[in-house]
Amino acid sequence: MEQSHPIKKVNIICAKGAIEDVYATLVLGNGAVMEGIETNLFFTFFGLDALVKTRMDKLHTAVVGNPALRLPGGLRMPTLLGVIPGMESFTSWMMKGGMAKLDIPPVSEFLELITAGGGKVYACKLAMDMFKFKKEDLSELVSGVLTVGEFYALAGGEGSQIIFT
Amino acid sequence: MAQKTYAGKTVDVNEEGYFTDPSQWTKEIAVEIAKEEGIVLTDQHFAIIEFLRKKFLAGETLSIRSINHSGVLDVKTFYQLFPGAPLKKATKIGGIPKPVSCI
Repeated sequence: MEQSHPIKKVNIICAKGAIEDVYATLVLGNGAVMEGIETNLFFTFFGLDALVKTRMDKLHTAVVGNPALRLPGGLRMPTLLGVIPGMESFTSWMMKGGMAKLDIPPVSEFLELITAGGGKVYACKLAMDMFKFKKEDLSELVSGVLTVGEFYALAGGEGSQIIFT
Repeated sequence: MAQKTYAGKTVDVNEEGYFTDPSQWTKEIAVEIAKEEGIVLTDQHFAIIEFLRKKFLAGETLSIRSINHSGVLDVKTFYQLFPGAPLKKATKIGGIPKPVSCI
């Protein structure tokens, strides 16, 4: 499938920190690296949790206000069930178990795979300041902390795409 | 189905050049496909190709993550050995179908 305007570079922005938001970015990013596409990942706002060493492998998914969430068997998860203490942790644990069966790695390992293939990972400066994170709080695999302008400068070029997950 | 001739042997491939019958593969053929991809095969290349073939023939899904558990080399080295799209190149050279995995 040769195309006349192939994608040569992807720049993926992740602004949310739930399991599904972060994994959307990681799967798209790793998939791009595997295809030989130049890849930049940019984490901002709650998405920064994916880069914070103490949080990256403890992400949760929303059990309240998540109409797509279903119980095993396919019934919708009633929002009121979501408020039971521990329900969010349990559901997130179940989700991670399901992903592990499909050979989807934990966030920390996923970042290793992406950077091993030459993918670059960046954090947003404004969000870092807002949440009072320091560079030391982030994984060593993070290439840098960028302003919006620096991100755009990085994202330029023919065949380059910006994707907001 | 298309056919290609490598190292004097005619093999069945799909439209993208991947083998449809892994049993037709030999190391001599691998060297020639690698040449097309601009890669000179070393023992390390063959070691990871053997790993991928074994996994495929056992019916397992091939993923980039599984390379780290190969005991042969790590993912970083894998990317260096097959620059660009390593899993695609290694399976093509290794005479097995293109992986359908997203990870």
